[in-house]
Amino acid sequence: MKKLINDPLNVANELVEGLVDAYNGEAVHVGARSLVLKNIQDGKVALLVGGGSGHEPIYHGLVGRNLADGAACGDIFAAPPPDIVFEATQAVHRGKGVLYLYGNYAGDVMNFDIGSELADEEGIPVKTVLIWDDVASAPPTEKHKRRGIAGLVPVVKLAGAASQTATSLDSLEATARKAVLQTRSVGVALAPGAIPATGKPTFDLEEDKIGLGMGIHGEQGVAELPMQTADDLTPMMLNLIFEDFEKDAEVAPLSAGDEIVFFVNSLGATTMMECLICLRKARQFLTERGLIIHDVIVGPLVTCQEMAGISFSITRLDEELKPLWDMPCQSFCYSKMAGSWGA
Amino acid sequence: MPKTALDAPQVISMLQEVCQAIIAAEPLLTDADRALGDGDHGLGMQRGMTAALEKLGALDPESTGIDKAFSTVGMAMMSTMGGASGALFGTLFRNGGKAIAGNSHFGTAELAELLKVGLEGVMSRGGAKPGDKTMIDALHPAAEKALQEAAAGSPFAEAINAVAAAGEAGRDASENLIATMGRAKTLGEKSLGKPDAGACSVAIILRTMAEFSAK
Repeated sequence: MKKLINDPLNVANELVEGLVDAYNGEAVHVGARSLVLKNIQDGKVALLVGGGSGHEPIYHGLVGRNLADGAACGDIFAAPPPDIVFEATQAVHRGKGVLYLYGNYAGDVMNFDIGSELADEEGIPVKTVLIWDDVASAPPTEKHKRRGIAGLVPVVKLAGAASQTATSLDSLEATARKAVLQTRSVGVALAPGAIPATGKPTFDLEEDKIGLGMGIHGEQGVAELPMQTADDLTPMMLNLIFEDFEKDAEVAPLSAGDEIVFFVNSLGATTMMECLICLRKARQFLTERGLIIHDVIVGPLVTCQEMAGISFSITRLDEELKPLWDMPCQSFCYSKMAGSWGA
Repeated sequence: MPKTALDAPQVISMLQEVCQAIIAAEPLLTDADRALGDGDHGLGMQRGMTAALEKLGALDPESTGIDKAFSTVGMAMMSTMGGASGALFGTLFRNGGKAIAGNSHFGTAELAELLKVGLEGVMSRGGAKPGDKTMIDALHPAAEKALQEAAAGSPFAEAINAVAAAGEAGRDASENLIATMGRAKTLGEKSLGKPDAGACSVAIILRTMAEFSAK
């Protein structure tokens, strides 16, 4: 795989430098490898995201207005070390504590936890909310084993909005937990991406097969299936999300009248054309079931290099989450005006 | 002549030898991890121990506590390795070091306390237990042995030699375990017949400590 890079071992540092350039002064580089908003209001409950690099425009691209205040960036596909998490924590803290919000991966959890212990030693209160939206990665009774995938975009959007008015770290934590609980995703892998340092594929998948529920690094999914058409695959994937809401005792089933945000994500190489063809079928499926699509996101926001594949995420809004969704936001990864399209 | 207990300058020298031993073992650790994981353990440990060596060299041996020497290694590993192994080996040295703060010498009792608390830290951080085919399968028997030696009041050089042997036996026994954690878990029974790479690192660390103490 041809990649336009320099020293393969310096990819993560150089991409973060480029990201700072893209922010054009709105966000700055802090410590070893963190990105932090230039203007964070005093007395604000801070929101920190983060994770491995190589999945751009997330996670660091979600630093922005009414979004995350900062991001701790790891090396390619690797969790940020604790001192990077700690540096980012210090940089975003404005006296009211810091909420860590990131995808549920073992390395990330260990390193963010140590970062929070370092913060604690400095008297900075930290709470953690894990994002675990991938319904294919474990049953609803074992949510602690689920991975965080594309659902992190709507979750961070909602938590970022909530952080603007949150009066305490506890109240922001509660809203973020609700956003996670109401967000479910399912993905499908068509072909692997290539690891920048080695050029090797991140996993193996036969040419005529697709990995239903396969993780963005090739983690085991639900099934390997023969290649399908968009119209056959889309309902199959959406059914997994519906079944999950139904089976999970912690949430109500998705039912007619529910208002949702629907997100079609490309893992990188899957084209906008394919995303739109799937969206067309998905809207049919969702409206037939009486769901009200309050807003739509389409695009390659949670990627794994040139991996081919797609994921669908559904976030159910309620009277608390809907006004948060309708707040405007701006970042490198995702921006929107006030309200929703079509409203 | 076998040492009875180590003072802070000796602890720093011992840890420098540990760093060098792991750096030299990179090909062995890489091979072990390539068989079961994603093959990055050797390079990660090499990177962590290279940073630790530099940090140890910058310490003032006369004014550094023995706890600080261990936690310096832990912080260097955490900062430079990233991922799960940086967090776990970092926790082993950092928590273990903290547990012996205030002690002026590193003897059998301190060895037992360091391994006991380090092991607890690794287990609570990573969620693995003995038998999961991880670094714990070398660390757990080593810590148990150290506690026995401390209870028996064994001389330090003898005790650490027995602890290293227990770690090596644990590493060897990990060949017969099926991986249930990390990336190797998808291999299932295919993981049989090979030792865990993290357990190999633990065995090398303990053996190097024992060799230093026997000199």
